[in-house]
Amino acid sequence: MIEIKNVSKWYGQFQVLTECTTQVAKGEVIVVCGPSGSGKSTLIKCVNALEPFQQGDVVVDGISLSDPKTDLPKLRSRVGMVFQNFELFPHMSITENLTIAQVKVLGRSSDEARDVGLKLLDRVGLTAQAAKFPGQLSGGQQQRVAIARALSMNPICMLFDEPTSALDPEMVNEVLDVMVQLAKEGMTMMCVTHEMGFARKVASRVIFMDHGRIVEDDSKEAFFGSPRSERAQLFLSKILQH
Amino acid sequence: MLSDFDFSVLTDSLPFLWAGLQFTIQLTLVAMTGGIIFGTLLALARLSSMKPLAMAAAAYVNTMRSIPLVMVILWFFLLLPLLTGKPMGAESSAMMTFMAFEAAYYSEIMRAGIQSVPRGQVHAGQAMGFTYSQSMRFVVLPQAFRNMLPILLTQTIVLFQDTSLVYAIGSKDLLKASEIAGKNYNRPIEMYIFVALIYFIICFSLSQLVKRLQQRIAIIR
Repeated sequence: MIEIKNVSKWYGQFQVLTECTTQVAKGEVIVVCGPSGSGKSTLIKCVNALEPFQQGDVVVDGISLSDPKTDLPKLRSRVGMVFQNFELFPHMSITENLTIAQVKVLGRSSDEARDVGLKLLDRVGLTAQAAKFPGQLSGGQQQRVAIARALSMNPICMLFDEPTSALDPEMVNEVLDVMVQLAKEGMTMMCVTHEMGFARKVASRVIFMDHGRIVEDDSKEAFFGSPRSERAQLFLSKILQH
Repeated sequence: MLSDFDFSVLTDSLPFLWAGLQFTIQLTLVAMTGGIIFGTLLALARLSSMKPLAMAAAAYVNTMRSIPLVMVILWFFLLLPLLTGKPMGAESSAMMTFMAFEAAYYSEIMRAGIQSVPRGQVHAGQAMGFTYSQSMRFVVLPQAFRNMLPILLTQTIVLFQDTSLVYAIGSKDLLKASEIAGKNYNRPIEMYIFVALIYFIICFSLSQLVKRLQQRIAIIR
C-alpha cells in the first residue's frame, strides 16, 4: 500500500531524513516512534507529499509521488491524515468541517456528504456537537472530529502525526479508543506516536527513528522483546518507566 | 465674531451636500470592494513561488505606496484618457484611481492576514485533497479576512477621508460640494465647519464599530 524507498530530505544544508526505507502492507498498523527531532513527523508527511523530499521515492497504492505527472491533490484526497494540533477549520461548524472536502473534492451532493459526515460523527460519539464550532470543543473531541473528517473521504489508508501529543492526559484514551477500533476494522495505518500501549495492542510493526534514520523496523514482539540498537533500548527504557 | 456666523445657509445647501456625501460614500465603497479584491490578488501574487509574478506585484505595491495620493489622482486623470483614447469623467477616473491605489494598501494587510494563518491549516486543507486555489478559497482566505477585518476597516476609514482629495480633479464629493456651496452663499467657514463635523461623526462612529468588532472577534478566538 505504502512504499517508502530510500527517501532523503534536506532543509538547506541540514539533512532531516537519510535513506529511509520501509513499507506498509494493506491492513497493517505501523507505529513510528523515536526521540523528538528524529524526523518521524517529517517522514509521515512525506507519505502524502505535504513535505517534499529531494531523493528517493514514495509509492502509495502504486502511484509514485516523485512522478511530476502525479495529481497530488487527488492522491492526498485518498490518504487520510490526522494532525497533532487537530487542524479543524476554525471558521466552519463541525458539520461543515466534515462535509466541505466531500463536496468540493469528491463531488458528493451536500445531502450525501451530510449523511456520511453525521454517521461518522456518531461513530466517534459526538453527534450532539454537529452544529458547534471547533473552538467550543475539548481537545479530545476536536481530535475525534478530525479523525471523522479524514474518514469522510473514504481513505485507502490513514496517517496519524502524534495525534495525542497535544491532548490533556484524561483525553488521550478517547482518541486512542477510536484509533484502536479503526485498526481492528482493518484500516491501513501509519501512526507517529509515543503511546506504547497502543503499539502493543494493535501495531503490526514498530519503526524506531533516530537522527533522520530508520534504526529499527521490527515486529512489535521483537521490538518490545529486545530492540537490537542501543539507542532504541535507551529510548524504550526512558518512556516505559512511567 | 461668532455672532457673525450664519448657519441658515446650511439648511439651504443640504440637498447639494447630500449629493456630495453620496458620491463620497459611493467612491469609498467602490474603492474598498475593488481594492480588497485586487489587493488580495496582489497579496497572493507576492506570496507566490513564481518569482517574476511576486516581483511584479511587489514593484506595483511599493510604487503605489511611495507616491503621494494626490499625484496618483492627477496622473490617472491625465493619463487614462490618453491610454484608452476616450475622455473620462472625473468621477470614474477617481474610482479607478482609488481602486488601484488602495489595492496596494489592502494587499499588505491581506498578505499579513494570509501569513497569520498557521501552516498546519494549509497542510490540513492539502491533506483533504484541496488544490491550491481551493485551499486558498475555503481555508486560508476566510481566516485571513476574519483575522484582518478590524485593520481592513480601519484602512477603509482612512480611505473615506482620503477620498476628499478628489477635489483636485474637480470631482463633486462632499468636500467639493461644500466648497461650491460655501462660495455660492459666501459662507465658506460655516460650510467647512459643518463638513468637518460630518466627516468626524462618520469616521468616529466607524472606528467605534471597529473597536466593538475587535472585542467580538477576541471572544470568538
